[in-house]
Amino acid sequence: MNEFRARLEKERGYLLRYAGLQLRDSHAAEDAVQETLVAALAGEASFAGRSNLRTWLTGILKHKIIDTIRRQSREAPADADSADFDALFVENGHWAQPPGAWADPDASLEQQRFFAALQACLERLPGKTAQAFLMREHLGLETGEICKELAITSTHCWVLLYRARMALRECLEKTWFGTK
Amino acid sequence: MKLTCKEVSHLVSQGLDRELGWGERMRVRIHLAICNGCTNFKKQMDFLRRAMRELGTRP
Repeated sequence: MNEFRARLEKERGYLLRYAGLQLRDSHAAEDAVQETLVAALAGEASFAGRSNLRTWLTGILKHKIIDTIRRQSREAPADADSADFDALFVENGHWAQPPGAWADPDASLEQQRFFAALQACLERLPGKTAQAFLMREHLGLETGEICKELAITSTHCWVLLYRARMALRECLEKTWFGTK
Repeated sequence: MKLTCKEVSHLVSQGLDRELGWGERMRVRIHLAICNGCTNFKKQMDFLRRAMRELGTRP
């Protein structure tokens, strides 16, 4: 095995976790990572001179993930229309229960258990909602690109992102911040 | 026109995805100045973004 290939292999675990978070399907994640490593091997010359192998690989992987999403989203059904969190608000648009402050959220970011809780909350999101949210917050795509890949309007896109954030807020409050 | 908390919650979320118009920004700011619930909500939304960044870059 040459030295470059060995360095690529060392990144496989990270790339699998990265792809798995977005795709929520271990086979699809493995395929995307495999394609990435093959492409990287063929493109060794274009890496030459760049400082960070992981950043370069993640860039390639993002494209593979988007290809996969594009294929999947042709087949994926729309999420059942969840109530738009209307129950959180009373008739005049005020909070039924105003959000309280979360205690020392920064300390949570130091804890492994917090990220397990966050991941569990992400897994509970409906398919399309999770897909849009992860494309935005995990892959870091702009809303315009997300709309294009999922073939939805920007208004629909904002609604999906809103639903994801509302659901995650509620879930984290129940499973993490509310228990402290 | 004054915004309701529900409208503010939508605009706070959209503010993470698009640039809000000047009028929208002003009305949200005025609302946040007098509303604890929405101020907490906005902090939670900002926190969620930071948490996702961390999650994505963890070794």
